[in-house]
Amino acid sequence: MNRIKQKLQEDRKLLSIYFTAGYPQLNDTVQIIQDLEKSGVDFIEVGLPFSDPLADGPTIQESSTAALKNGMHTELLFEQLKDIRKTVSIPLILMGYFNPVLQYGVEKFCQKCQDIGIDGLILPDLPLDVYQDEYQSIFKKYGLINIFLITPQTSEERVRAIDEASEGFIYMVSSASTTGAKEGFGEEQAAYFDRIANLNLNNPQIVGFGISNAQTFQQATEKAKGAIIGSAFIKHLTQNGVNGISDFVNQIR
Amino acid sequence: MTYHADEKGYYGEFGGAFIPEMLYPNCEELRQNYLQIMAEPSFQEEFHQLLKDYVGRPTPLYFAKRLSEKYKTKIYLKREDLCHTGAHKVNNTIGQILMAKKLGKNRIIAETGAGQHGVATATVCALMGIECVVYMGEIDIARQAPNVARMKMLGAEVRPAKSGSKTLKDATNEAIRDWINNPVDTHYIIGSVVGPHPYPDMVARFQSVISEEIKSQLKEKEGRENPDYVVACVGGGSNAAGAYYHFLDTPEVGIIAVEAAGKGIHSGESAATSVLGKVGIIHGSKTLLMQTQDGQITEPYSISAGLDYPGVGPLHAHLYKSGRGEFISITDDDAMTAGLGLCQLEGIIPAIESSHALAIFENRKFKEDDVVVVNLSGRGDKDLQNYIDYFKL
Repeated sequence: MNRIKQKLQEDRKLLSIYFTAGYPQLNDTVQIIQDLEKSGVDFIEVGLPFSDPLADGPTIQESSTAALKNGMHTELLFEQLKDIRKTVSIPLILMGYFNPVLQYGVEKFCQKCQDIGIDGLILPDLPLDVYQDEYQSIFKKYGLINIFLITPQTSEERVRAIDEASEGFIYMVSSASTTGAKEGFGEEQAAYFDRIANLNLNNPQIVGFGISNAQTFQQATEKAKGAIIGSAFIKHLTQNGVNGISDFVNQIR
Repeated sequence: MTYHADEKGYYGEFGGAFIPEMLYPNCEELRQNYLQIMAEPSFQEEFHQLLKDYVGRPTPLYFAKRLSEKYKTKIYLKREDLCHTGAHKVNNTIGQILMAKKLGKNRIIAETGAGQHGVATATVCALMGIECVVYMGEIDIARQAPNVARMKMLGAEVRPAKSGSKTLKDATNEAIRDWINNPVDTHYIIGSVVGPHPYPDMVARFQSVISEEIKSQLKEKEGRENPDYVVACVGGGSNAAGAYYHFLDTPEVGIIAVEAAGKGIHSGESAATSVLGKVGIIHGSKTLLMQTQDGQITEPYSISAGLDYPGVGPLHAHLYKSGRGEFISITDDDAMTAGLGLCQLEGIIPAIESSHALAIFENRKFKEDDVVVVNLSGRGDKDLQNYIDYFKL
């Protein structure tokens, strides 16, 4: 069974951490992944940096720009990860924008992911209909789960269509925004979390965007299965490098 | 066979809407409504009234006698340079501001490179009394001070794009991010035939007034609606899309697209996307774009700020790939020379973008009785400093 599906069966709230590969230093990737697993994180989203990350706020943008400047690219990331399954067993998800995947070759990319032991992909700008028409069969062939996003503006009809097309979990964007820490969640978010919970979807939801500490993690996972932290962890890396990753994780839950 | 967009916004293999879910409701609202709104008689009436009384349309189709004598063919200039605000850009912003009103939006955002589209957007927002935020690369703000001032005078807020390369593509990214963060009350006025469906088709339709007028004006002057060739410069490609629009499916009309070769196509400082680009995704559209082998979008170069976009609209990618369009690249030097040539032969100072289109006549020869329409997309006032520096005036 795919590691993501297995993990989702555990009876507790899950914590996922995102970081940008090649940041802060080009060769930090493996150590960050290992330290996150040791700290008790449930799954990890490894960001493939892109020059024009439309859905991201300033923190992740800057980390992407820096990672590219450090020399990160798709082939190098695969090279860094080639032995990762010798030391790491939690689910690994690659997150990036579609163009670098397209240039690498979608099938070749998926095959490489399978070889390494990547469990899923999040490609925010690969739309549902294009995925279903052109790429679903390739993803399935290589055992990759494709994770879709929903937002507070996504209609119920579309949420259900996305649920239908999903296996694993649904990435629930907490508010109408790009990535980055907010002040916390208000009534609007609570109503949205309730609304989605009441749809009784087939797939569990993991909340992302705006989660930065124990309080926001707790709020986000009251109804949802888990939450994702990205920008707040990137900020931690900016300040501390690869030191103190377990301290960061421990203050979340 | 048609060269227009299909229902999903594809031109052949190009186009579509490669957008994150956060943008889906905005784009979907627009997609579901734009054709219907544009077809409403009240919309058409207001649009055409403003084009006439406010923009100054129809713009003349001028037979350039001395230019024609020099190049031994019949050259007509479509005088978009005479539009209010100095270029064709305003045709689209008038259309989109009316669209935004119909959709009940009360805030406008836009991206701009050199500032022409920003000025055209700030202008229509002032006209309608609607809040306007224009994103502009930090580097462009520094080198386009007069247009920044114009936007401010018109009441717009100019926000610097500080990410990435700090130019047009980053301003576009910032505008898209703003739209993600303001999904309900805001309309994004994209300035060219780029971006996710329905933008390329919608902007082309607003600009299509150019070729609509060419047809009737040519009928009057030459006794026929169709020229032998239509020539236009292509950055993102909105003036070209408008000039070609009503001729796209008329194969006897030759379509010539002129890109900026910068300091030479293979100099590393160029914006000749058809030659240097590969199929990829930029700003929500599948098209030809300049990128690294790894799929990172690269920064183009042209002396003309309106042509240094790393992609082309999906329509133009299709015209190139299908062979329907003839693509020519013109260097900075040849464009500047052609621009000065038009000043001295016809008394018209063209925008440097348009000078690229004018420069093809040196090497691309036409028959003596060919009727060639060049879309003179903008006037050169905004480029004066460039002309001064280049010719040491």
